[in-house]
Amino acid sequence: MRFTALVRRLRARPVALPPADPGAPEIQAAARRNRGSLQLRHVDAGSCNGCELEVASIFSPVYDAERFGMRLEASPRHADGLLVTGPVTRNMADPLRKTFEAVPRPRVVVALGDCARNCGVFRGAYGVEGAVADVVPVDLEIPGCPPDPQAIITALRGLAGT
Amino acid sequence: MHVSVTLTIAACISGLVIAAEVLHSGHVAVVHTTALLPFSGLSMVLDRFGALFVAVSAMVGICAMVFRLGYKGHGLSSRTASCVLPLFVTTLLLVPAASNVTTFLFLWELMAISSLLLVLVDHRRRSEVGSAGQWYAVMTQFGAAALLVGLVLLATHTGSQSFAAIAARSAHLPAWVRGSAFVLALVGFGSKAGMVPLHVWLPRAHPEAPGPVSALMSAAMVNLGIYGLVRVGDGLLGGGPAWWWLLVMTLGALSALFGSLHSATSSDLKRLLAYSTTDNVGLMLLGVGASGLFASTGHRTLALLALVAALLHVVFHAAFKGSLFLSASSLQQATGTRDLDRMGGLLRRMPMTGTIFLVSSLAMAAMPVLSGFVSEWLLLQAMLHGLPSADPAIAVAMPIGVGALALTGGLTALTVVKAVGIGLLGQPRSTGAAEAHEVGPSMRLGAGAMATLCLVFGVAPFVVVPSVVEAARSITRTRIPDPLVGGWQVGLAGVHGVLAPGLLALALVVAVTLVAGTRRVLQRAPARRTQAWGCGRELQTATMEYTATSFGEPLTRVFEDVLRPAHDLDVSHVAESRYYVEAARFHTSLDDAFERHAYHPASVGLGWWGALARRVPNGSIHRYLAFGLVALVVVLVVVG
Amino acid sequence: MRTGWPTASMAAISLLQLAGVLVGGPLLVGLMRTVRCRLEGRAGPPVRQPLLDLRKLARRERTASDETSWIFPLAPLVLVASTVVVAAIAPLLATDPAYGWSADLFAVVFLLLLGSVALALGALDSGTAFGGMGASRAMTIGALSEPALLVAILALSVPAHSSNLPTIVTRSLAHPLWLATPERLLALVAFVIVIVAESGRLPVDNPSTHLELTMIHEAMVLEYSGTDLALIKLGESMRLAVLMALFADLFVPWGIATAPGPIHLVVGLATTVAKVAALGVGLAVFEVTVAKLRLFRVPELLAGAFVLSVLAVLSALVVA
Repeated sequence: MRFTALVRRLRARPVALPPADPGAPEIQAAARRNRGSLQLRHVDAGSCNGCELEVASIFSPVYDAERFGMRLEASPRHADGLLVTGPVTRNMADPLRKTFEAVPRPRVVVALGDCARNCGVFRGAYGVEGAVADVVPVDLEIPGCPPDPQAIITALRGLAGT
Repeated sequence: MHVSVTLTIAACISGLVIAAEVLHSGHVAVVHTTALLPFSGLSMVLDRFGALFVAVSAMVGICAMVFRLGYKGHGLSSRTASCVLPLFVTTLLLVPAASNVTTFLFLWELMAISSLLLVLVDHRRRSEVGSAGQWYAVMTQFGAAALLVGLVLLATHTGSQSFAAIAARSAHLPAWVRGSAFVLALVGFGSKAGMVPLHVWLPRAHPEAPGPVSALMSAAMVNLGIYGLVRVGDGLLGGGPAWWWLLVMTLGALSALFGSLHSATSSDLKRLLAYSTTDNVGLMLLGVGASGLFASTGHRTLALLALVAALLHVVFHAAFKGSLFLSASSLQQATGTRDLDRMGGLLRRMPMTGTIFLVSSLAMAAMPVLSGFVSEWLLLQAMLHGLPSADPAIAVAMPIGVGALALTGGLTALTVVKAVGIGLLGQPRSTGAAEAHEVGPSMRLGAGAMATLCLVFGVAPFVVVPSVVEAARSITRTRIPDPLVGGWQVGLAGVHGVLAPGLLALALVVAVTLVAGTRRVLQRAPARRTQAWGCGRELQTATMEYTATSFGEPLTRVFEDVLRPAHDLDVSHVAESRYYVEAARFHTSLDDAFERHAYHPASVGLGWWGALARRVPNGSIHRYLAFGLVALVVVLVVVG
Repeated sequence: MRTGWPTASMAAISLLQLAGVLVGGPLLVGLMRTVRCRLEGRAGPPVRQPLLDLRKLARRERTASDETSWIFPLAPLVLVASTVVVAAIAPLLATDPAYGWSADLFAVVFLLLLGSVALALGALDSGTAFGGMGASRAMTIGALSEPALLVAILALSVPAHSSNLPTIVTRSLAHPLWLATPERLLALVAFVIVIVAESGRLPVDNPSTHLELTMIHEAMVLEYSGTDLALIKLGESMRLAVLMALFADLFVPWGIATAPGPIHLVVGLATTVAKVAALGVGLAVFEVTVAKLRLFRVPELLAGAFVLSVLAVLSALVVA
């Protein structure tokens, strides 16, 4: 690439984001444990992919969640917890439980988006088992349909302790 | 059965004692008797070089016989087997002591026939045994014929059949006699050792033989091929021109590469081990060839070093290969199969046998702390220090030798991970493996003794290195000082090269302990037992694991042109429509390239020749009388 | 070359090397990650992020699947231990660490191979498909990079008449012109390819992929968690640091401490850190520009490295 474009890329910085408020006591305890390092395993329990797009965008160069020490992991065994999107469909209920069991303790579950919190627009649908909290215990909820990338990062920063 | 085992163990112990005495003191044990063989009598002289091989055979024999006590293979309990097994082991102990041509060939043939009978013990129960026996019989007789011609050639031209006399007079023989004798000896001894292209009997016969017999064959009998080659090449002929040794090195490199490639892609455990024997024999031949090459160009110290490396590999290979074959037989007995694709989870069900198998496999892969590491290092050093060299043969051969050794080392590591990882670890892949339980104490003792030797040799090689150096010195009749110095270390005299296997082992143990202690401090609780992570699927079954075939698949693909696997796909469609598949069956097989391209056409040709020849004796007495007359006339003309 | 018990200064050198590799390995990985992020136009995590990850992981729970044997918990220990032994005895900062006389280049290669074999066995022990896949691919790549590595070592050992590491380094320092010969350059390229293959970096393997079918090294460690995972990550970053430091030793040895003494040690440490950091940055920039190779193209790359090593040996013989 041309030299000026390279220099511009090297000097680019993501948006500045305000620090998180200290959250609930369990979240603060998790933040003290993590101290700047958070790995989450993302599970799509039946979402419309709107929240997935937001999750993808928080790791983009504009928002760059990685600068706060957060990362998505491929294996739940490598993760500190789960990041669950979507209402839990019947077919994904057992896989979600198995994934939760596979995470080493102490583990957290983050319910991302309105569908994960209370099934959102899909409440009562024939294929939906329930909200995430009906299947696995939830520690942190991020409201929105879909939530703002800034809101997602701010909430996760509370968990990561940065 | 116990009588024969006791007799054999007694013979081995006495052989070991005599060999140790000869190695230690240098006195040569001599036996001459005219009682057993007419005309020439039996004449045996055990020098240090032969004593080394007697000691190795005795060690393997003792462990194999201890194993035999608990072995439940049906074939070996027959009366024939009980009689022939002690005979076989005794010939293994006596061949290195033979000191004239007749004795040598007599004992050699006796060894071949007794091992053939032992390979065939199971032939009533399995048809493959008969075919394996046929291949073995043909190849061994072919080798023996080559040996016969070669040794008789030497004997007639020097006028005496005693080895000592031949050695004294061989320098004056014409070059064609020496060259032909060497090539014939290479063919004969090479086929016994399992050298490519004469190795085809090894992967057939060794798996079909019962456990203790396959251990004896792979760990003791193939050594005698190396013994014979060095005895003829260095002892009788006193070294030779470079082309002999380049031929040996080429065949050695080919054997190493071919054997390691096939063992890396084989899913039959014993076939894998048999090909690995070919691989290790190739490494020994590399060392022998390098030694001869250095000697022919005047580098005496390096020649001795290379020969020491090769002989050390002989000793170490006997220990780990014997242990591997014995523990593989234990695994086969416990699970009922030797297919790696049907094993698994055996380390938890058979902890001691599994650990023995693991330790000897790691020795085969030349891992530090174990014996294979020391001999491979020494071989690498011998080849390295030959460079730079003014001689073009050395300058080309040594880098190729190092490259071949490196590739086989990498492939052997893959083979070991496959054999141990698929065979012993993970979930059991068949009911036989799931229901396996540990074998009896004598079987574990026999295999475990040799695995312990692998550890001892790896950490403290000085228990055998001086004897090996003396043995190498005696066959090459050199007076140069020790090429190796150092007690706990293996150091090269005069050059900067030292290996500290004991130190590395100690450092590794200390490091592992420290790291384990750190882990315990950081996380006091043991690991939580949970279901394996399978992406949240319902089932996690054994069929989802990797098999040995799938483990070797990337390698098979890389070396597709050399291996040429055969793929068969049978698809049967539903009657109504060609687009709906009812059943599909896929079969893949890897056979030996030499068999396919050389031996199969040769046997077809021989069959044709035989069919042609069968038309000649047609029952007419006139024709037979005519043959007799013509033969008599020809003999009279030639002799006259 | 001394043998026998090490002196206090030699022991200090070894400990300093060990500490440097323990801390420097994760920092090197962090540096490479930061360089990649900056070239992608974002800030990325701080350079010390891998150390923060390790600190958190070290205290987390260890898990093991039902079918594992004692090999599963032993594998991370052997991986780290083999790298620790190499870091302690190889001449990374100085030519005279404790027991440096035993640091034969072939021994070092086999020690690192022991770590790989242990990890592959641990992967197969978990009894999952991913473990088998990762082990199979990693061992195939390892088997094919062995020839290139050993023949490249042969090319380096021939001029020094020894494969003993301190000897090679000392003689390279004494004959600086050796380092610009064609054999050195060919061996250098072969070495770089082998380092990339052995440490699982692009274009051979992508360490940050989430797609299991594209994983080679990551697939082997999918079942490990907590302290075991921390040990494996630490072991892998230490291997990378040790391989790069060895590379610097063999090809650009100036600055290495040749005499005991605090000033020499400080200079040695500073130059080694600078060289390894430069190599890491260079590798990271290279990684950004290439895509991962198809798995079945990797053997071609390794065969190319082997050909380069053989050419290096042949040119060493022609020159000598």
